[in-house]
Amino acid sequence: MRDLAAIAVFVALVGALLASTGSGVMLNFVTMALYATLLAQAWNLLGGYGGQFSFGHALFFGTGAYAQAVAQLQGGLPAWLALPLAVVAAAAVAAFVGALAFRYGLKGSYFALVTLAFAEVFRIVALQLPFTGAGVGLMLPLQESAAALQFASPRGYGFLVLGLVTLALLATAWLRHSRFGARLQAVRDNEDAARALGIDPFATKLAACVLSAAFMGAAGAFYLQMFHYIDPGIAYGPTTSVEALLGAIVGGMGTLWGPVLGALALHGLSDATRNLFGDLPGLNMVIYGVVLVLIVTFVPRGIAGIGLSVRRLWRGRDD
Amino acid sequence: MFDLGILYPAVLNGLTTGAVYALVALGLTLIYGVLHIINFAHGAALMLALYAVYLLHQRLGWDPYAVLPLVVAGMFALGYALQRGIINRASHGKDENILLVTLGLAIVMENLALLVFKSDTRTIDTAYTLSTVALPGPFGAEAMIALPKLVAFGGALATAAALLLLMRGTDLGRAIRAVAKEKQGARLMGIDVEHVYAVSYGIGLACLGAAACFLLPAYYVNPQVGSGFVLVAFTIVVLGGMGSFGGALLGGLLVGVVESLGGLWFGDSLGQVGIYLIFIAVLLVRPQGLFGERA
Repeated sequence: MRDLAAIAVFVALVGALLASTGSGVMLNFVTMALYATLLAQAWNLLGGYGGQFSFGHALFFGTGAYAQAVAQLQGGLPAWLALPLAVVAAAAVAAFVGALAFRYGLKGSYFALVTLAFAEVFRIVALQLPFTGAGVGLMLPLQESAAALQFASPRGYGFLVLGLVTLALLATAWLRHSRFGARLQAVRDNEDAARALGIDPFATKLAACVLSAAFMGAAGAFYLQMFHYIDPGIAYGPTTSVEALLGAIVGGMGTLWGPVLGALALHGLSDATRNLFGDLPGLNMVIYGVVLVLIVTFVPRGIAGIGLSVRRLWRGRDD
Repeated sequence: MFDLGILYPAVLNGLTTGAVYALVALGLTLIYGVLHIINFAHGAALMLALYAVYLLHQRLGWDPYAVLPLVVAGMFALGYALQRGIINRASHGKDENILLVTLGLAIVMENLALLVFKSDTRTIDTAYTLSTVALPGPFGAEAMIALPKLVAFGGALATAAALLLLMRGTDLGRAIRAVAKEKQGARLMGIDVEHVYAVSYGIGLACLGAAACFLLPAYYVNPQVGSGFVLVAFTIVVLGGMGSFGGALLGGLLVGVVESLGGLWFGDSLGQVGIYLIFIAVLLVRPQGLFGERA
């Protein structure tokens, strides 16, 4: 209940900010920070609560983006109808890859490796296929109307992604309080013990993988609507995979607000470096990499972990 | 399609590429065998070594083969320092942390290279870059193989042999194997486990130094060059059995040939897909023992 209240306050505050701000810079910052939040939240559902570290979450992102594009360009569907299709496509790919990986008990490094390899296979295949536009990519024609999910002002995109983030927050809150979430965390903490209690680790992890991928697919669809363009490198390249896992890890894995904090911190950091040093290729990722190493070394529980420690210190007890 | 005149050179070319793959995979499998981690920074480290060879040639005019001891020593030192200074410190005894730290290191290395060298693809030009050697084959088939590729083949096999000798015949090798088998026991026998970890990681990267020297005369370097190799190396390590040297060697040669023949029949980029399909197929057919056992 407290989680729901906190989500309501968060959504109201960000919504008010989006509605009231007159600054284009602010609007853009909030929108992109929310987009980064969505990626981090999606990764957190599987990585944070399920303990399965995917290094290739772009697999689901790219699939969502391509499905969104192909459904509109080749299928002639309206954008709002393509969006659920994109989500389903990403979830379907996750069901396949997840079934393959979890069926054979791949964990830890191995799961990371398999997701990475699949993302790479999809990238190479997307470079070949005609209906994904091969190396040229796919371009969404400009058609500014709410029905086409294309907005003249960034405000529209801001509200669209805020809606998706809200859904992801609700899904996370559900994981925290539902029986399914309890099973998932049990499998994460000790798979053998969980199995002994009658939990099916395969089905549990697979469901979490599909849920996580669904949000990743939605993020891909959002990306396409906002930037009107997708190519194999953007869709399946490592940048999105890294951004997703980094936001969750920096903020704090397996927490409700960690990915929000992490994505905000990283996005602020990358904006600040861009202002300081200009748009040097690679600089952003260098900083992301350094942050990842520093966080894992010094604060392995992320920003939310620091908050938790401070609170415990304050209350003077261990809960 | 099955004409020996085409097939024979393709297989030989595949073997020469495969030998270098094997060298990259040997480093990866050694690090896995001892530290029980998958080194996600492997491809990025190979890229750094390639740039080192490139710069030594461009700036100082030194021959890629002559700088081999220098690059190998440099990569060893880098590996030792990275493991001792960063990876070990960040691990907190958890595998996931090592996974993330090596990923972070890879991101930093690749993008630093992008910052410094831009994304241009660079090659070097040596007197022997375009030389070829004619190798007669069975039934009158003949293959023209680029000389650098032949040197790479021989060099990679020699390096692999040296590594095996090191592991089998020296006290250091015995210490490494002891730590790989039983960390606590090795510690009780007076082996400095932290040192052995760092040395193993250093040797793993040193293999990449050797690979870089053999590769560059016939290959290219750009900031992303490592990522192509790293998945191939993972595939080989999986194929050959995690931590197995002989497996890595055979796996490397096999993957090289598959890639070459795949490229011949399906075009270059789909030949690459062939490697990933092997990877996934191995997962499906023989995951136990090859992959998921130690997860």
